[in-house]
Amino acid sequence: MNARAQIRWLHDGRRLHLQDGPIDLIVEAFGAAGEVEEAYRVACERFTTVLDELCGELVFLRTALQSVDRADDPLPRGAVVRRMTSAAQPYAAQHFITPMAAVAGAVADEILATMVATAKLSRAYVNDGGDIALHLRAGEKFVVGMVERPDRPSLFGTAVLDWSQPVRGIATSGWRGRSFSLGIADAVTVLANSAAAADAAATIIANAVDLPGHSAIVRVPARELAPDSDLGDLPVTQAVGELTRTEINHALANGTATAASLLGRGLIHAAALRLQGETRVVGVVPQFADVEDSIRERSQVHA
Amino acid sequence: MTKHAARNAAKNLPDDAIRCDACPVLCYIKPGRTGSCDRYGNHEGKLVRLDPHVVLDRALERGESVVPFLERTRDWDGTLLSHGETFVTAIGAGTTYPDYKPAPFIISSQVDGVDMVTVVTEGIFSYCGVKVKIDTDRHLGAECSTVRAKGEAVGHVTTSEYGSQMLSVGGVRHLTGGSRHEGTATCDTLLDLCNGKPVELKIDDGAKVVVEAGKPPLVDGAQEERMRVGCGSATIGMFAKQWFGKVDEVVVVDDHITGVLSEHQAGKLLGVTETGIKLKGRRSTPGRYFQVAEPGTSWGGTNIDDPLTILGKFNSKKAWPGLRLLMVSTTGEQHAYFELDENLKPQEKELPASLCESVARIRENCEPALCTVLFMGGAGGSLRAGVTENPVKLTHSVRDALTRVTCGGAPVYVWPGGGITFMADVTRMPHNAFGYVPTPALVAPIEFTLKLADYAALGGYVENVRSLSSIADEQERTRRLSARPDNPWPLASQHDSAKKGKKR
Repeated sequence: MNARAQIRWLHDGRRLHLQDGPIDLIVEAFGAAGEVEEAYRVACERFTTVLDELCGELVFLRTALQSVDRADDPLPRGAVVRRMTSAAQPYAAQHFITPMAAVAGAVADEILATMVATAKLSRAYVNDGGDIALHLRAGEKFVVGMVERPDRPSLFGTAVLDWSQPVRGIATSGWRGRSFSLGIADAVTVLANSAAAADAAATIIANAVDLPGHSAIVRVPARELAPDSDLGDLPVTQAVGELTRTEINHALANGTATAASLLGRGLIHAAALRLQGETRVVGVVPQFADVEDSIRERSQVHA
Repeated sequence: MTKHAARNAAKNLPDDAIRCDACPVLCYIKPGRTGSCDRYGNHEGKLVRLDPHVVLDRALERGESVVPFLERTRDWDGTLLSHGETFVTAIGAGTTYPDYKPAPFIISSQVDGVDMVTVVTEGIFSYCGVKVKIDTDRHLGAECSTVRAKGEAVGHVTTSEYGSQMLSVGGVRHLTGGSRHEGTATCDTLLDLCNGKPVELKIDDGAKVVVEAGKPPLVDGAQEERMRVGCGSATIGMFAKQWFGKVDEVVVVDDHITGVLSEHQAGKLLGVTETGIKLKGRRSTPGRYFQVAEPGTSWGGTNIDDPLTILGKFNSKKAWPGLRLLMVSTTGEQHAYFELDENLKPQEKELPASLCESVARIRENCEPALCTVLFMGGAGGSLRAGVTENPVKLTHSVRDALTRVTCGGAPVYVWPGGGITFMADVTRMPHNAFGYVPTPALVAPIEFTLKLADYAALGGYVENVRSLSSIADEQERTRRLSARPDNPWPLASQHDSAKKGKKR
């Protein structure tokens, strides 16, 4: 048990808020009262050691993965670290990637797995800053919303996730988010088998939504902003100027090409790419609804 | 943002970066940046805990709360306490979709023994915009010219007012009537203007102006310092006595009404001799000229840099060699002094010390030039339905002064006539009081304050009223600000605030 971790109920008394250092989770479980209580109990117990486990292997986590495991590399020890590594590994041959690309999703997966292993739940989710691990019993579903700018949260789309589909993880990446991005996407939301898989894929696709060399894009070496960033001297996006329709199409096309290749490799189920008001969907986002279109109808009567 | 110094244990490193020891990640944080948690930051070399992680909370809240929220819209049971707070934001309200649900917060508080109710919501305004007053003499653009942001049409130039140019930015036509790009650009512009951020606007066939509420405008890159003391003619009237005897002729150059001392009523009254001066432009009444030049960003809002270009030849029958002529703009910012030579041609000379004071006085009498931004929105049908089951009664109640409307606690002016269309000064609201939805539309705070009994009478959601103390329990999610002394206290009785108003 560590003294930093904060565990409390949100004001509605239903959702649990777990926070430790940069990890910030919102957890909700559905089922019989006793089962839900037990699920929350084990979630808290598991949560309190996660950050220390990660920090114990921070040097490894911040190092770019090689395409082939080298014999002299130490094997990761912690369960969360292993989740991160296996989510990032499929990209190591073609891209720069560190296990940190999947940290949020991996933590969400780990907490959810702990809950589901202990308690009988109809539904549950662990939301780690927008990267979400889901549990769905037969017959259950979740409706999820997609946000493009965390600094101005509002929905651009919704999707219905049904138990019969394999999606159990959602993650969003973009240059405006908490983590650095090499690309210019406002948001790339990915549906995958797990939150860690979605997290790593969203990072890769968001990096690909790009216009290399474009003068309206301000990039700064990651190290100048955060000296210990795992991205080192790679230039990360700090500002994106107004782009023309053609440029937006071009940048999104770069991203959709990458997303389509990941889809082909079975790494993701779907992705929604968002850039300056334009959305592209790769794969099938179940019952995807463009919120702008549906709100537009109603907007005239709001105020 | 309010910051308070955190632990001292943070170690300063050579490049002013600090090692944060709040958690085992031990982030190395550069000045002006936050650590990976976004909770601790380096503020001028000190580790600070940032105030309730507003941005993060909103993101988290929105990211996850949509799950239960969208699930529930189908079987909304009308009660507030169990479900209605899903969209609570850092500003403290939130909104409900659609608006026929009760507003997110209906708060009761005791004022002078009478139960007062404040209905707090964040309204989604498609019918909204801002009116911008820019204190400048410079010509920004012709009336009705299109105002653009990021190349998209977001508004237009409206009337010129005393010492100012007015712009109308936003409105439903730009927000939802044009292309998606136009709507997004308009929404971004409104959001930034309302949240007190600088915005660059370009006026078709006119100037480029940087507008920031409460700050001086930047016109074509030059900061406007002063608001004119008056029009050219008024300036003559105000300073005629101070000029009399020290100079023979004064021309106050103004794009609207240029004043000429010897012809002006004020000059006549003092007995100023005719000088034979000849002005270009159209004479309105004695000593007052319209259209002496084209509008522009130079002398008195005209396009001239050389004031002599607005003068014709002096009448040789009346003028005399050695005649002393002062030309000055309506802000005193530009001035030039001339004496006529043998050929009655003005020759520029150094401004005599005796006139320096009067030019300085024009400058002193000018108020600082500012941009002011008034938010204007209409709380029509469905927003009112979040307050009462019988929306028109709320309108009537506002009309009858039983209900007070405030916008983020700031006072509003409610337009006469139908609906609740109001204007409010964005600088009197808390920081970042506005948000947006991708419709696009603006999200603005709006509060209705009235007596509990009146609230019940107009069909309010009395069963959803919560006590103030129940809100206080949610401290983690509430940002506490002290009231601004220049805003009337929203819960004060109308009588009290009227008295306060007089004192000011």
